[in-house]
Formats: sequence, C-alpha cells, structure tokens
Amino acid sequence: MTIDEQGSESESIGYDLHVNGQTYPVEATLDRNLLGVLRTEIGLTGTKEGCDDCECGACMVLLDGQPVNSCSYLAAQAQGRQITTIEGLGNADQLHPLQECLLAHGGVQCGFCTPGMIISAHALLERNSSPSRDEVGIGLSGNLCRCTGYAKIIDAVLDSASNGSVEPTP
Amino acid sequence: MTERPNPLLIANTIDEALDAVSRGSTPIAGGTDLVVGARQGNKRLPASLVAIDRVEELQSIGLDSDGSLSIGSGVTHATLMSSTVVVTNYTALADAAALIGSPATRNVGTIGGNVMNGSPAMDTGAPLAVFDAMIQLSTVAGNRQITTSELWVAPGQTSAEPDELCTAIIIAPQPDRSGSAYVRLEYRRSMEIAVVGAAAVVTLGLDGTIAGCRIALTAVAPTIVLVDGLESLIGQAIGEATLATVADLASSQAAPISDLRASEQYRSHSVGVMAKRAVLAAARRATGESISVPVNRSIGVGSDGQRQWEAGAS
Ligand SMILES: Cc1cc2nc3c(=O)[nH]c(=O)nc-3n(C[C@H](O)[C@H](O)[C@H](O)COP(=O)(O)OP(=O)(O)OC[C@H]3O[C@@H](n4cnc5c(N)ncnc54)[C@H](O)[C@@H]3O)c2cc1C
Ligand code: FES
Ligand code: FES
Repeated sequence: MTIDEQGSESESIGYDLHVNGQTYPVEATLDRNLLGVLRTEIGLTGTKEGCDDCECGACMVLLDGQPVNSCSYLAAQAQGRQITTIEGLGNADQLHPLQECLLAHGGVQCGFCTPGMIISAHALLERNSSPSRDEVGIGLSGNLCRCTGYAKIIDAVLDSASNGSVEPTP
Repeated sequence: MTERPNPLLIANTIDEALDAVSRGSTPIAGGTDLVVGARQGNKRLPASLVAIDRVEELQSIGLDSDGSLSIGSGVTHATLMSSTVVVTNYTALADAAALIGSPATRNVGTIGGNVMNGSPAMDTGAPLAVFDAMIQLSTVAGNRQITTSELWVAPGQTSAEPDELCTAIIIAPQPDRSGSAYVRLEYRRSMEIAVVGAAAVVTLGLDGTIAGCRIALTAVAPTIVLVDGLESLIGQAIGEATLATVADLASSQAAPISDLRASEQYRSHSVGVMAKRAVLAAARRATGESISVPVNRSIGVGSDGQRQWEAGAS
C-alpha cells in the first residue's frame, strides 16, 4: 500500500515492532499500515484484510491490550507498544477458550471475520468478565460477519465468559 | 544537503510535541481521521508527523481552581464516555463520545482529533458548542483560548495556525438544575457518522419551567450551528408546545446539503426531531432523572420504546 503516489516521501524508516512478545526490526515507508507490515514484512497472516478502509474489523489487533483497526493504523506509530495478533492468543495445538467456544457454537463459517472477532471479544472480556448480551453486541460492533448472523458468535462469547453455561442458538 | 524532517517523531511531553509542530510536523493522535483520510486519498499523508498519543499530560480530565472542567486534547472517546465528572455534569459530551465509531475507534480516537478535524458531522462538536467550551491552542510561545465558533470556519477547516497544538478543552461549570443530552440520527448503530444530530443543555427554574436553553446542530451546515431565538422558551414548561417551537427553530436554521445519505428536506426536518428529543432528555436529566449514556440507546431511537418515551413526557 502506498498513500503517496508522488513518491517524494517514500524514504524508508527503521523501527522495532513488539508482536506477541517478540521484537521484529522493520524497514518501511511511513505510509505503511500496521496490517500490511504484520502480514507481509513479519509474515503473520492470521490478521485479515477485509475492506482495508476501517469498516469491517477483520484486521483487528490489540495495541497494549486495546483493539485497533490495523488497516488504518500507521505501523510506525505502533513502535514501543505491545501488539497482539490472533497468533498470540491461540494456535492449532492450543486453542484459546474463545476459539473453542466459537467452534462449539458453530460461530465460524468462512472464518474470515473470526480472528478480528476474537480480538474484539478478548478485549471486551478483559475489561468486563461477565458481559450481558447487549454488552457483547457493543463490544463486537466494529466487526462485520457476512456468514453467521452473529447470534452464534455472541453465544460463543457469552459461553466463554461463563465457562460453558450458554445454550446454543438452534 | 538540506536536512529532511523526521518522518515520525513520537513525543512524550507537550514541549516535544510543540517543538515538532513549530518545525512543521503535523500532529497525529489516534489517526482515525488522518490515516483513514490519507488512505482514501482525500488528503495526502503529511511528510512529517508528530505522534502525540503518548503525551500523558494531554490525557487527563480535571477540575481547574475555578471549577471549570479541563479535558486534555489526547483524552480518548472511551475515557470521555466513562468519566464520572463528564457523565454527571456534561452528559451530552458522554452521549456523543459513546456513539463514535466502534470500541476500536473510541479507544484510539481523541476529542482533540475530533475537534481539530473540524468536520460538520463531528459528534463532540454540538455538545461542546452548547457548553460554550473554550479550545486551548498552544505554541512554543504560549497559549490562547478561543470559542468553538471561532475555531470551526468551514468543513474540515479550523482557524488554528499550523504551529498550534490543541492542548485542552475547557468548559465552565453549568448552573444548578441543568441537564444536557446529545441525540443523532443514524442508519446503523456502529461505525456510523451522524446523518444529523442535536445537543441541548437545559436549565430549569425552581418552578420547573425553562430558565435557560442552548441547542446546537450537527451535520446541517458547513460547521456546527448554534440555534438562535431560544429566549422565547424562558419561563415555559416543557411540553408539546415548547417542543414544537424547538423543532421549528432547529429545522428553520438548518442549511444542509443533499447527498447520498439524506436529502436536504429530510435533514432539515429530522434535525428538528433530534433537537426536540435532545431538549426533552436534557430537561429530564435536569430534574435528576437518570437516563443512561448514550441517549440514542436508552430511548432506542426509531423504536416503539422511543415513541413511548416521548409520549410519557407530554
Ligand atoms: C470507522 C470510523 C468511525 C467513525 N465514527 C465517528 C463518529 O461516529 N463520530 C465522529 O464524530 N467521528 C467519527 N469518526 C472520526 C474520528 O474517529 C474522530 O473524529 C476522532 O475523534 C478523531 O480523533 P483522532 O485522535 O483519531 O484524530 P487524528 O486522525 O489523529 O487527527 C485528526 C486531525 O486533527 C489533527 N489533530 C489531532 N490532534 C490534534 C491536536 N491535539 N492539536 C492539533 N491538531 C490535532 C490532526 O493533525 C488531523 O488533522 C470515525 C472514524 C472512523 C475511522
Ligand atoms: S480491513 Fe480493517 S476494518 Fe476492514
Ligand atoms: S464467518 Fe464468514 S464472515 Fe464471519
């Protein structure tokens, strides 16, 4: 992604990014977004590009524990902060409880929105460990899903918060 | 060889930030307007930025010795909407902050960025206008304070000089028995920009009639509009007749554009409805009734709940 088509500002700058507890040196122009640097420079492709325009939430990552839309955040501005991507929350060998609940409730269809949903849900549960259904809705309101209709995702988040007491939506 | 400006300086103090803007760097706080705008090609990304999101001095909300509220320009919408003093005494501002974008937008987006971006659709603008807020602009040489109407001159344009940093927003204490509210028309509940909106602050006299009322409108003119002619409401009780006057005054002073999202006529009409709802919610809050933040959600704008809520008032 290049913002400046005139090319006059395209000099690279060097900085470190701290992602999932590891430090990565980055050389990139100022206009590079965090999403692009995570995916193409660092090689962490769990974070998705949906709209690339701050609308869908597929690109959500945590910056010092708070959700941000990484497509619309300058990578260089994230230096000095702790970045957490979906890879930092769970992996195929050890699923995060939110991932297990999403699978159990059928809250994943194509899966494209899932990493962003989990990031937003994680941030919500860190702040509020027993949210109401409405609060989960607000917590996930920056994340679009074109497959599930949301009910099963919300069930899964409530279930994760209450350790398995939520009945699945049929 | 001339020295190239530093593409991105991360400031830790106000002085570092002021020094950088004095040498031509553009401030970036949350970047939710600046980066999104640059990526959409509306405005070029400046060649030199100074990130002010780590300047702790800009991130506090406090009371000055004269009782005024001082909000640092780096306060995020998430902090604003949950600040006890803001929710209690300047509720319209909390209503507005709670409507902005999504949790992610509110976590990084700041009141300073909202105000300095100068969009006529900015949600904190109408509340700040009804509270007569002063915008503090600082340079390496010192500070000045200007009103919101002096600051906002045209869509996306402020009267601030390029070397000025907004450091704080200052709001005087409101009279006793005052309440405020901000309501907006929106087509969806998140990641939305106001179609139109209205903020009101209402002060009630001891007899329960209106002792003071200010209304400001969002997204119906090149800048936020303060409604004139509200003196006629003084001494009146809140009821159908006063609310109808409010709606007429607001609609007649709106000068909106037609675009993809709403026609001129629809905006003019609906801003009157928003003004009426804002006045009603503000008046109820002035009596001490608790209406949770944001009003849009607690009255369920557009729903049966809202119709019942309005019916209960008259
Ligand atoms: C998905 C999405 C939804 C949104 N929804 C809403 C909404 O509902 N309502 C709404 O009002 N806005 C909305 N916005 C716009 C934006 O989030 C807000 O205006 C926000 O408050 C901007 O703050 P920021 O810190 O991100 O500003 P930035 O983008 O960092 O800065 C904006 C402008 O202000 C300047 N600036 C920033 N801080 C200062 C300062 N201290 N002194 C001088 N200049 C400064 C910058 O140079 C830039 O020109 C939305 C944006 C997105 C991406
Ligand atoms: S890719 Fe960032 S919000 Fe859609
Ligand atoms: S599962 Fe397909 S977008 Fe959500």
